[in-house]
Amino acid sequence: MSKILIRGAKVLGGEPQDVLIDGSTIAEVGVGLSDEGAEVVEAAGKVLLPGLVDLHTHLREPGREDSETVLTGTRAAASGGYTAVFAMANTFPVADTAGVVEQVYRLGQEHGYCDVQPIGAVTVGLEGKKLAELGAMHESAAGVTVFSDDGKCVDDAVIMRRALEYVKAFGGVVAQHAQEPRLTEGAQMNEGIVSAELGLGGWPAVAEESIIARDVLLAEHVGSRVHICHLSTAGSVEIVRWAKSRGIDVTAEVTPHHLLLTDELVRTYNPVYKVNPPLRTEQDVLALREALADGTIDIVATDHAPHPHEDKDCEWAAAAMGMVGLETALSVVQETMVETGLLDWAGVAERMSVTPARIGRAAGHGRPVSAGEPANLTLVDTEYRGSVDPEGFASRSRNTPYEGRELPGRVTHTWLRGKATLVDGKLT
Amino acid sequence: MQRHLISAADLTRDDAVLILDTAEEMARVADRPIKKLPTLRGRTIVNLFFEDSTRTRISFEAAEKRLSADVINFTAKGSSVSKGESLKDTAQTLEAMGVDAVVIRHGASGAPYRLANSGWIDAAVINAGDGTHQHPTQALLDAFTMRRRLVGRDAGLGQDLSGKRITIVGDVLHSRVARSNVDLLHTLGAEVTLVAPPTLVPVGVETWPCEVAYDLDGTLAKSDAVMMLRVQRERMNAAFFPTEREYSRRYGLDGDRMARMPEHAIVMHPGPMVRGMEITAEVADSDRCTVVEQVANGVSIRMAVLYLLLGGNEPAVSHTRIEEK
Ligand SMILES: [Zn+2]
Repeated sequence: MSKILIRGAKVLGGEPQDVLIDGSTIAEVGVGLSDEGAEVVEAAGKVLLPGLVDLHTHLREPGREDSETVLTGTRAAASGGYTAVFAMANTFPVADTAGVVEQVYRLGQEHGYCDVQPIGAVTVGLEGKKLAELGAMHESAAGVTVFSDDGKCVDDAVIMRRALEYVKAFGGVVAQHAQEPRLTEGAQMNEGIVSAELGLGGWPAVAEESIIARDVLLAEHVGSRVHICHLSTAGSVEIVRWAKSRGIDVTAEVTPHHLLLTDELVRTYNPVYKVNPPLRTEQDVLALREALADGTIDIVATDHAPHPHEDKDCEWAAAAMGMVGLETALSVVQETMVETGLLDWAGVAERMSVTPARIGRAAGHGRPVSAGEPANLTLVDTEYRGSVDPEGFASRSRNTPYEGRELPGRVTHTWLRGKATLVDGKLT
Repeated sequence: MQRHLISAADLTRDDAVLILDTAEEMARVADRPIKKLPTLRGRTIVNLFFEDSTRTRISFEAAEKRLSADVINFTAKGSSVSKGESLKDTAQTLEAMGVDAVVIRHGASGAPYRLANSGWIDAAVINAGDGTHQHPTQALLDAFTMRRRLVGRDAGLGQDLSGKRITIVGDVLHSRVARSNVDLLHTLGAEVTLVAPPTLVPVGVETWPCEVAYDLDGTLAKSDAVMMLRVQRERMNAAFFPTEREYSRRYGLDGDRMARMPEHAIVMHPGPMVRGMEITAEVADSDRCTVVEQVANGVSIRMAVLYLLLGGNEPAVSHTRIEEK
């Protein structure tokens, strides 16, 4: 394999350095490295990060290939600077058997844009009644380590307890979509001032917080680790902070859209803003940013949720919930966390690569940018300014809340084990 | 005036007073042997009802016909929510037919807003009730009824409801009538108090321009009008209150309670009334209860709204125009 010299990149936002890739590995990091025999990528002024890892992606294949496929989804991931994504289990059929997870895993390897690590369902058919074959999924070629009924909450306390206990045998983690189902019947948006005015069914913060509180206590009781998906309220932050202070093994994620957007946008009744959990208030957004900065929230995960046009071009109540996010995540984090001074680029690398890889046990990802490590890398032009144009998305779906909005930063190059998947902003 | 009427909150004080004044003129048409104006001749209006409401549809239809519009009634059976795209599809069909205005009733909050703002259609959109959101012509007809009774039919022209104290009682949480009335009555200068059990008051109500009370008896003596809201029996099964009897004891309007209201005060109800639970027959049938007037006033208000939205640039109905027939 060939050599690539990335010249003058600010590694993790630090002083400019050269990074030499040889084959699938980083051969050398230093100043003034020789470009002999190497293809040179001029990276002056750009920031080099370990390839991003998304612990929460919906790839829709099998079953909803009209929204997204493993191919289109991993191309979107590579465009956004990702080298590994964890694919949620709510497909058709549900990823609740070794067969389905192996298929998804294999498609990711075949396409070669991004490693796809399937997430297994916690319960059969996501129905919350009977544990899926968690061990078989772990032992399959896909090597599943993360289990989630995402889209639905594992609301039965006993099932949740058993799942938490069971996955200890192989170091797995249960990722909970925290949504108390009875408290969110008919829910359309965050319950509060805006829902009261708009007459849309409310999704109260307590529906998320009560499940998180229960689950951290369960995790403590049985000595397991639990991961909280897409945390969205200031109260949830307080509970996770308390749990961590008690030594409970909990991790949590926040989505880019919950770091930027508020429920005020629902006044447009435009279903592009319809998402689960719903957009919350300004106060929640600020609390989430603070918590991501201080480490209470461990990672950013996209909850990339592609939907075809017709599922969003309708009245609010009829519309599907979810937003695409892989291709805009880093820009939103730059705007909300870096440009606000809350996080430096090393902190971004920690929260978008190192820690998600560690939570999901994605070997080879989220590694230091140093000699001998796998060459999973992302190069970002942080000076770039431009408005979001969904027509340019690699994702099959266009349901972005950022159409026409100016966001900073652009991923120009992505390398997966030394192979470029994105060059000058174009997929290979 | 805006091009559409989606929410009572979109109306300025002057818009609202103009509509009420115009409705007074429209009401005179109803007193004449030929109850028809040529105003909207050649215009096509569709009554697009995704949710059954015979009363509202007939009221709009009567208003449209009195203004000589061509009327199409379109009742979409089944829920558009389950079909997803049908609102847009239907809208585009109507657009192709060259419709000038769409009067829409929909079970989903925001559907009329979407219809007016998504580029699916050019016609004027009039919200005839959307989910638990808004029902602006209901609020206008209520305000019209209050102005007539509390200020005066002729004395009321050009006037708003400054200083009037209105109490709205019942299922505020699920009521588009309550939302619309709070917005409009505030715009017209009235002081509004909502009275309901806490389970039927929305979280977030604290930013509304009104007071909230849980005790009906405490508010009656200082009310110029008491508006009773519909309470659907199925709310009981969802534990919003313990029993029908308990609701009735705490929030129902009976003769004793009515006696505690000031002598001039009126009792209102958007209908249909659940007699016995929300309101006793004694109250419903008393001459202080304006339910029947509200129905008649609904036609005048809807004529005024249609006229002002579709009647071109003239500010209001001119007397000569009305007189010429
Ligand atoms: Zn979820």
